[in-house]
Amino acid sequence: MAQVVLKSLVKDYNKQNVVKGIDIVIPDGSFSVLVGPSGCGKSTTLRMIAGLEKVTKGEIWIGNQLVNDLAPGKRDLAMVFQNYALYPTMNVFDNIAFGLRNRGVSKKECKVLVEEISEIVGLTEYLTRMPSQLSGGQRQRVALARAMVKKPKVFLMDEPLSNLDAKLRNQMRVELTGLHKRLGTTFIYVTHDQVEAMTMGDQIIVMDQGTVQQAASPIQLYKEPDNQFVAQFIGSPAMNILSGFQQRLLVGFRPESAKIAGVNQEAPLSDRAQFMKRGNILSREILGSDVLYYVESGQEKLVVKDDLRYLLQEGQEVIVSVNEEDLYLFDQESGIRLRQGINLKEKQKLAGGMT
Amino acid sequence: MKIMGRIALKTGEAVMLIAVSLIFVFPFIWMALTAFKTLPEVYQFPPTLLPESWQIQNIVKAWESGPFPTYLLNSTLVAFGVLFLQILTGVPAAYAFARYKFRGRNLLFALTLIALMIPPQVIFLPIYVEMSNWGLVDTLWSLILPYGASAFGIFLLRQVFMQVPDEVIEAARLDQASEWKIMWRIMAPMAKHVLVTFGLFSFIYHWNDYFWPLIMTNSNEVRTLPIGISMLKASDGGSEWNIAMAGNMILVVPILLIFFFAQRHIIQAFTYQSK
Ligand SMILES: Nc1ncnc2c1ncn2[C@@H]1O[C@H](COP(=O)(O)OP(=O)(O)O)[C@@H](O)[C@H]1O
Ligand SMILES: [Mg+2]
Repeated sequence: MAQVVLKSLVKDYNKQNVVKGIDIVIPDGSFSVLVGPSGCGKSTTLRMIAGLEKVTKGEIWIGNQLVNDLAPGKRDLAMVFQNYALYPTMNVFDNIAFGLRNRGVSKKECKVLVEEISEIVGLTEYLTRMPSQLSGGQRQRVALARAMVKKPKVFLMDEPLSNLDAKLRNQMRVELTGLHKRLGTTFIYVTHDQVEAMTMGDQIIVMDQGTVQQAASPIQLYKEPDNQFVAQFIGSPAMNILSGFQQRLLVGFRPESAKIAGVNQEAPLSDRAQFMKRGNILSREILGSDVLYYVESGQEKLVVKDDLRYLLQEGQEVIVSVNEEDLYLFDQESGIRLRQGINLKEKQKLAGGMT
Repeated sequence: MKIMGRIALKTGEAVMLIAVSLIFVFPFIWMALTAFKTLPEVYQFPPTLLPESWQIQNIVKAWESGPFPTYLLNSTLVAFGVLFLQILTGVPAAYAFARYKFRGRNLLFALTLIALMIPPQVIFLPIYVEMSNWGLVDTLWSLILPYGASAFGIFLLRQVFMQVPDEVIEAARLDQASEWKIMWRIMAPMAKHVLVTFGLFSFIYHWNDYFWPLIMTNSNEVRTLPIGISMLKASDGGSEWNIAMAGNMILVVPILLIFFFAQRHIIQAFTYQSK
């Protein structure tokens, strides 16, 4: 068990700056998720922690050891790869035992440890199978077992579930978080899927274009995003961002915090609504318990999520309203969130709400 | 109609295959049958196909007409010794060419490929001189060492190693495997079929090789089977073809046995390169 600290970490590939000086503290025993769009440098960061890529600049600390120049095998961590990377010519038992044998664990102890782990991940019956004779889910378990059996200080996982079908993926999510609770070891988990990040992580590090946008708990990220990128990346459907009310400012609100009603209907509008917008429903998607309305208001398109109680029709003229505390303001240039200094009246004016 | 057409096509295909394989197999069958004929029958005209009476003792006679146990032992030592060295040097070389980035890699690989194109007849003289300087001429070492690395083997193994996913090697590094271990426990097993196929080619080449042992050896103690057998032909003035062919049977049977056991791998190696 160990905390992992990245200090001004930089990675260049042939002069191309891929990771641009990131500072992250991954607390001991946390389930930390690196999340961001494809190509933002998550894998590169993880691979530097693993020692599979050279660090261009900056420092990586695992526990109280600077590991920049330490070989991957000496860092006392285990990694689960997206494509599992099992040893194709070894059976399940040997796949799991390989790392132990390389550490000089005795044959007898190897057997005990492998059998113990196989029990936990449900592989006991498959120990003599070759990887090619296993299903995707089973291979995933072998990869996990291979990592777990070494009892590492840190687990690294790079999109480990993305090759599984939806049902199995949900099941494995639950199993992985359960596993984390049981082991209490530090997990660093990479995914491009914000839902996966939100459901699994206790600390989420949002990355974009080689930089850290925000590192916080799921609730914190959802409620108090630091900037426009995080606000729009976290949550589904993405936060609405409206521009043009006043120079340099953007206003945002989440689809699920807005209310929507037909123009001549008053009931569902909140009396505390500070922001209102008139528009037409372009289309709607019924998700089951909820409905998504795609509303066009002037030049802008909004998404509103509401329940099924007052089902509105396509083409209907509506008013969208949002409570004051659910509005987010961002600087147009930098995308940085403005948290204070604007009073209610001002905000209403900024929002260009109907009066 | 369609089915008839297909049957006709299949039949044509089979006839072609049989015809072609007969062309290749016939000399071999002729040799095998001649090995069991009497000398007069060999010279008889018109020739017989099957021996009139099977002369099993031809084999015994061939075997006893020279130090054949020594030849057999030498051939075995040379063929396996060469193969052992070629794999010992080929796997690391191919691993480096396939997986390491280093200065001059492409140049070195190009040189390796050029070595593939140089026949031994071109370079035997300098090698002979070198072996002679080391005092190794007329020893088995002069038959083994010059073939200790195979460009062909390196080339084939490199092709397989290049297809191994990076993550498998990285996983092994995270599992604290040394590069040596990665080569022999991860990479080499993945190239199993290619190794067996290459091994067979190399073995047959050196088992049958006539030119190199002819140049490098002068004494019976270090001669190999092909040399020994070629001496059968010239033993008693007139050529005893039946005895020479019996000697050839001694040469060929081990290869047939090995081929029989390696067949599965050869087909796999040619149908798909790796998993
Ligand atoms: N070995 C490499 N050589 C050159 N560029 C690379 C290499 N690996 C990754 N990159 C580049 O670095 C960027 C980040 O890649 P990566 O860390 O894999 O992103 P992510 O995992 O977030 O999708 C991408 O633009 C990718 O093209
Ligand atoms: Mg990635």
